[in-house]
Formats: sequence, structure tokens, C-alpha cells
Amino acid sequence: MLDIREYIIPQSLEEAAALVRKSPANRIVGGGCWLRMERRPYGTWVDLSALGLDQIHAEDGWVQIGSGCTLRMLEVSELLRETFGSCFADCVSSIVGVQFRNCATVGGSVYGRFGFSDLCTLLLSLEADVLLHSRGAVPMEEFLRTPRHGERDLLLGVRIPQDGRRAAFAAFRRTATDLPVLNTAVSVSGASWRIAVGARPAAAALARQAGARLASGAAPAEAACTASEELRFGDNMRGSGAYRKALCRVLVAQCAGRLKEGLR
Amino acid sequence: MKLSLYVNGTLCHSEIAPGTTLLEFLRGKGLMGAKAGCDTGSCGLCTVWVDEVPILSCTYPAARAQGKHVTTIEGMRQQAALLGRYLAENGSEQCGYCSPGLIMTVLALEKEHPAATDAEISAYLAGNLCRCSGYAGQLAGIRAYLNRGKGALE
Repeated sequence: MLDIREYIIPQSLEEAAALVRKSPANRIVGGGCWLRMERRPYGTWVDLSALGLDQIHAEDGWVQIGSGCTLRMLEVSELLRETFGSCFADCVSSIVGVQFRNCATVGGSVYGRFGFSDLCTLLLSLEADVLLHSRGAVPMEEFLRTPRHGERDLLLGVRIPQDGRRAAFAAFRRTATDLPVLNTAVSVSGASWRIAVGARPAAAALARQAGARLASGAAPAEAACTASEELRFGDNMRGSGAYRKALCRVLVAQCAGRLKEGLR
Repeated sequence: MKLSLYVNGTLCHSEIAPGTTLLEFLRGKGLMGAKAGCDTGSCGLCTVWVDEVPILSCTYPAARAQGKHVTTIEGMRQQAALLGRYLAENGSEQCGYCSPGLIMTVLALEKEHPAATDAEISAYLAGNLCRCSGYAGQLAGIRAYLNRGKGALE
């Protein structure tokens, strides 16, 4: 039994926003997948599942993904596959199991700004915006740098420009379905390359110099080396900073190589 | 708080505590098929379907199931018994504690990929842990089940 005082399922965004603004004890619950890891009392849970935020659609040059979409929806979405290739399926398919991915939501994955998040890394490489109820559209890079503590806003979803950008994703895990030691995503649209590296173990960040090297025709291995030099890597129970740096050279080269092959 | 949902096709009205998980709710109703294992959403023992989709009932708030159709292994007796025969035939299990969750996941797989390959079976079942089988027997049993009617055990 979870220790919750009240469980509310708002019927409108305004009602949900008012609840979240009203008290820090009123917390939004996403998929709820991590809540069993904590044994502490909660005040009120605000469940956004009745607000129709579980849609993936294309509109006005953007692909919009609602915060209530599950990771499994990303994995099997024909629209995402047609628009961006298999990168979403590649990104989420190693996250625990199908049942977990049917519960875990985009909102829960993105709002937490978890360092280990595979999805945040991919979205950063795809130049996504985070759609917040009060603040509006915020670039993913800026959102990841903003501390979540004290924030009282609703995450409505993310949007990705539909500009022909394709992406490749790769992650390394010590065991299947574990959290990643390191994850990388590389995307390309025309001459614009974006390289994102996450689970460093800090949150995903862009390797801008390495992206510029790819744009100027450098080989994937050279750009990957630049990425490993310009980003900072730290230690945790899954791996050392030095190990992550070495992994970065391998995974970024893999992703960039796959994209370059696809462009031939 | 009040909760109304369909369990195995039957409409249920209940009064629940806000923090009740779907697993606790179902077992409280006497449906003991879904098991508590890790209790942290990692092992798959508690798998049930909500609106035909397999989920982890140990982390799924019961309140979220309001108005939805929940299916447990008790609601899939015939299919579960048939699959169980194939699992037994292939020596897939020892203690059997993980079987209800495994069976609910395999039946969901069958709906999505009736002709799943070994790789697709393994990928789909990555969230169902078994501490005693080693998985080889399970894979053989599931493969035989999905291939039934093609000359396998009927």
C-alpha cells in the first residue's frame, strides 16, 4: 500500500494546474514506476490520465508526443518510425520489459530529468521542445539544465521539428534491461549534426564541437573522439568516468556511422 | 475513495484507500493469480491486463483503473490451461511462482505477434524474471505453444 492521503484525477488542465500550484504536497504522478522505490508518505497525487495527453500526432511541421504517452507507444508508433526511422524503438526497447513500458510515460521520463534517461538523450539530439502549461515551449537543452525542484508547472508533452531529421541511438548496459552506463544519440538534418550523450552519469548534454566536425566532413571516429574530450564524465556504481569516456568514443562513432551509411 | 471497474468482464464497485495498488485490490477480491514478487515493478510476476494491455499491477494505482477493463489469469482460464500444458511438457518451470505473470505476458504476445520468432519472444518476455528455470525450457514451451496446429502437441 502506498502512503497517499488523496488521489485526484482532474478533468481539465486548469483544474490540474490549480492543484499543482496550490501546494508542494500535491504531486503529479506519471507512470508511477519509481514510486515503489520510495517508502515515504505523499500528500495528494494528481493523475493526468484523464486529460487526453496520450496522443502522438503531426501538426504544423511538428510531431507532438503527449506526456501521457507510454514508452511502449513510442516503440510501436508508425508515425514515429516513418518520420524518424527506428530510433525511438531502439531507444526504449531495452527499458525493463513490455509491461513496464506500458506503464512508464513520456511525462515521467522527461520531467524527472534523470541522468540515466535514454529518452531525454534522444529528444535532445532531435532538437525537441518541452511543452509546459505555463511556460509554453522550452528547448530540451534549456529544460534539462533547469532544476525541477520548486517547479510548479504541468508537462503537456514534447514536440519535434518535422524537418527530415533522422537519428540513431545506442546505449551500453552492464546487463540487459538495466539502466545504461552511457547512452548516445546522433541526428542529422541536411548539414546540421547534433550529438547528445547521457548517463554521464549527469543528464544528457550536447557535444557541439563534435557535431560541427561531422558537419565539416570528419569521420565518425574523429567526431566521437572530440565528443569524448569536450564532455565531462563522472563515476557512479555503474562505471567510472574514464570508462564512460571510452564508451562515448565507441557509441558516438556507431551512431554517426549508421547515419552516414544511411545517407549514402 | 470509490472505484468502479470491470474485472474479468464483471462490473465491480468498491471503496479503496487512495494508495491501493491494482495488485492489492485484485488480491483483496480473492483473485490470487497475480503474485507479488519484487514489488517494485521489475519482475513481471504481477502482470495483468488493463484494457487488453499487459501492465505491472504492483505499481499501477488501483484508482487509475477507474472505468477500465482489467483481465487477470482467472479470466483467461482456458487459454492459460492450454499454454500451461505446453510449459509443463517442456519442463519450463520448477516452483511455478512466476507462471501467472509469464502466461499473461505470453498471451499478450500472442495477440500482438502470433508468429513471433525466438528473438521476439525473448525481447517481449524480458520483463518476466524466473529464478529457477534458466529460460531455455520456457522458450521451448512458448515456441511450441505458438506453433501449435502446425503438428505440435494439441
